[in-house]
Amino acid sequence: MESEVKLASGALATLAVATAALVVLPYIQVRDIQAPEGLKPYTSAELRGRNSYIANGCVYCHSQQPRDKNFGPDAERGWGRATVPADYVYDKPHLLGSMRTGPDLMNIGVRQPSQDWHLGHLYQPRAYVPGSIMPSYPYLFEVKDKADTGEVEVKLPPGQGPEGKVVIARPEVLDLVKYLQSLKRNYPVLPPEPEGAGQ
Amino acid sequence: MNSTVLSLLAAFLLSLIGLFAFMWSMRKGLLVENPGAAAAIFTPGEIGLADDPTLTAHDRERLQKAINATNARTPDERWQNEPDTDFTREQRMQADESSRWPVLLLIVFACLWLVLGSIAGLTASLKLHMPDWLVQQAWQTFGRMRTMHLTAVFYGWITNAALAAIVWLTPRLMRTTLRGAPWIVLGAVFLNIGVASGIGAIGIGWTAGMEYLEIPWQIGIFIAIGLVLIAVNVFDTVRHRTARHLYVTSWYHLAALLWIILLFIIGKLPGVHYGVQQATMNWWYGHNVLGLWFTPVSVGIIYYFLPKVIGRPVRSYNLSILGFWTLAFFYGQVGGHHLVGGPVPGWMVTLSIVQSMMMIVPVLAFAINMACTIRGRAHLVKYSPTLRFMVFGAVMYMLSSLQGSFEALRAVNQVAHFTHFTVAHAHLGAYAFVTMVLFGAIYFMLPRVLHREWPCPRLIAVHFWLAAGGAMIYFVFLTIGGWLQGTAMLDAAKPFMDSVAVTIPYLQWRSVGGALMVTSHLVFAGHLLAMLLKVKSQRTGPALWGDPAAAAAAALEVRHGK
Repeated sequence: MESEVKLASGALATLAVATAALVVLPYIQVRDIQAPEGLKPYTSAELRGRNSYIANGCVYCHSQQPRDKNFGPDAERGWGRATVPADYVYDKPHLLGSMRTGPDLMNIGVRQPSQDWHLGHLYQPRAYVPGSIMPSYPYLFEVKDKADTGEVEVKLPPGQGPEGKVVIARPEVLDLVKYLQSLKRNYPVLPPEPEGAGQ
Repeated sequence: MNSTVLSLLAAFLLSLIGLFAFMWSMRKGLLVENPGAAAAIFTPGEIGLADDPTLTAHDRERLQKAINATNARTPDERWQNEPDTDFTREQRMQADESSRWPVLLLIVFACLWLVLGSIAGLTASLKLHMPDWLVQQAWQTFGRMRTMHLTAVFYGWITNAALAAIVWLTPRLMRTTLRGAPWIVLGAVFLNIGVASGIGAIGIGWTAGMEYLEIPWQIGIFIAIGLVLIAVNVFDTVRHRTARHLYVTSWYHLAALLWIILLFIIGKLPGVHYGVQQATMNWWYGHNVLGLWFTPVSVGIIYYFLPKVIGRPVRSYNLSILGFWTLAFFYGQVGGHHLVGGPVPGWMVTLSIVQSMMMIVPVLAFAINMACTIRGRAHLVKYSPTLRFMVFGAVMYMLSSLQGSFEALRAVNQVAHFTHFTVAHAHLGAYAFVTMVLFGAIYFMLPRVLHREWPCPRLIAVHFWLAAGGAMIYFVFLTIGGWLQGTAMLDAAKPFMDSVAVTIPYLQWRSVGGALMVTSHLVFAGHLLAMLLKVKSQRTGPALWGDPAAAAAAALEVRHGK
């Protein structure tokens, strides 16, 4: 090859093809998708919680994309139905994830609706799931002698908390739990048939 | 029109285009070999001479003897063609001289990030089987530590070292001096301000949240400016070239520079991408950083150093053309295989799987070419540390790329997706291939940059075996662990926690491998520091290419000339 112009244009052309296929066409295909009726936009507390999910890198161990039953027993594990693009219209940035060091969380709000469970589990995962390798997040909590008014005290299983002290959830982790509780994609993907249809 | 008809039509059109391309290449004489262009990396009279600046005079003589013996045993006249150039060693020394400071700065930054990044990586690895270790501070949590590791080694280590190789090789290959060296230094400073701030941002929890694209776009601006400054001046050097042919290495390097800049800018555009489309963009970027930046840079480096060390031009210039264009075309489209089974358009995933399999073409083109170049000379790795790194890297490129092709297939992906198997694969590519090749390049370049020998060549061997051994332990155990994890996860009868428990011993072995790799980096960085600080300094005449007369002359020149 003797011409750097040919080289550069060839290189740009191949990248353009790839970009068209993987970026532009999917954009055109999904841009008009409407949010399903069952999906509500995140509240501001949930969005703050989502930011903390991102900041602490939860996505590196938890996916948010249950797959079809042809691909694995995701539904049988209670992770929910296979998702569709419409389930993600409020997701910015997307959190599909690429690892399942821990379970899929797309429907964790359905499986674990309890705030107490989430707070305790974030404080010490091994108090709830023996053998778990999820990090504990003590920096999201405060250990005090006693709770002030308005503070949320974490109810831990017996023997798991610090002796004679209480564990207080910081606002950040309360928001995070609100986000986790909001993860529910259990509404039907297609709107129900209008009454009298097909008659 | 249904998809079957469409794909049949597409296949028909593609074969027609292929046929025309073949006819065109026949007419243009592209299938006739071009030994002159293949020999472009040599100066007149240099073919057949050993060139490995990591060696002491005595070891260089041993390498030269081994090469002479091999060449005498299997004479290969066709590849003794002289390069079509009057470019002399002295001119090449000037080319090296012009790129000294930018290259040195980039290498020093690269090594700094290598050490910090790999310590962060080892910490993250340990945390996976010691989950209550270092949990009091937010920045130490696994999710951030892992990401700081990735950012440091991707944008810090590999990108800096790759740019160092590009900046050093371009003037040599263009047979001219480097243009705009101060601008390149400025570019390197911008780039590394970006990397440092990016890592800091991730540490405090400010991240864009997408794999490989975590650096916030506000900080990304610095990286983009740095890359553009460097690329503009590299292309300016190309414009002032005296070489007629662009050698293989330069195709890869120049194209890669264009690609990474565009990838990075499109990937970081704020406010454009969201939801599922953002996920496809994310993996278009994520895989192309490997495929269109790390891989072409490293392949280009091998295409230069491997023939250079053994003094024998690359076997087939045309095969390398085939390898280059097929890589350029196929690699860009493979990213969708990261979303197999995900909520994305099915056609896109299928396209990516097909192109992943097509990647076998450039890999085989490269492998055949390198195998033929080094055939009968593989034993030379005993004598040359640079060659050892290059050959190891080349073999690992073949393995990791072939593994990647098969990993994209739905049946394999079903098990491997979402597991440590993928992580092992990523390290086979980014470490055993790319990083090892960059080590080799740095070992070769630095003596020419500093006009100084490596203080203790034995340490290079220590580094090699620690790094290679560590990487292999890492890869083998994590691959097995990941596969067991995947099969356990697919078995609905087993609770999810079984897929965690089964990986624990393998995660521990991964930390062992990681610890070896970190140790090797400390050896490497310490050696580099000793060289910079002139510990046991021995001046090397820059023209010392294996013949004692020239060495003596160069030494005299240094003593009397200054």
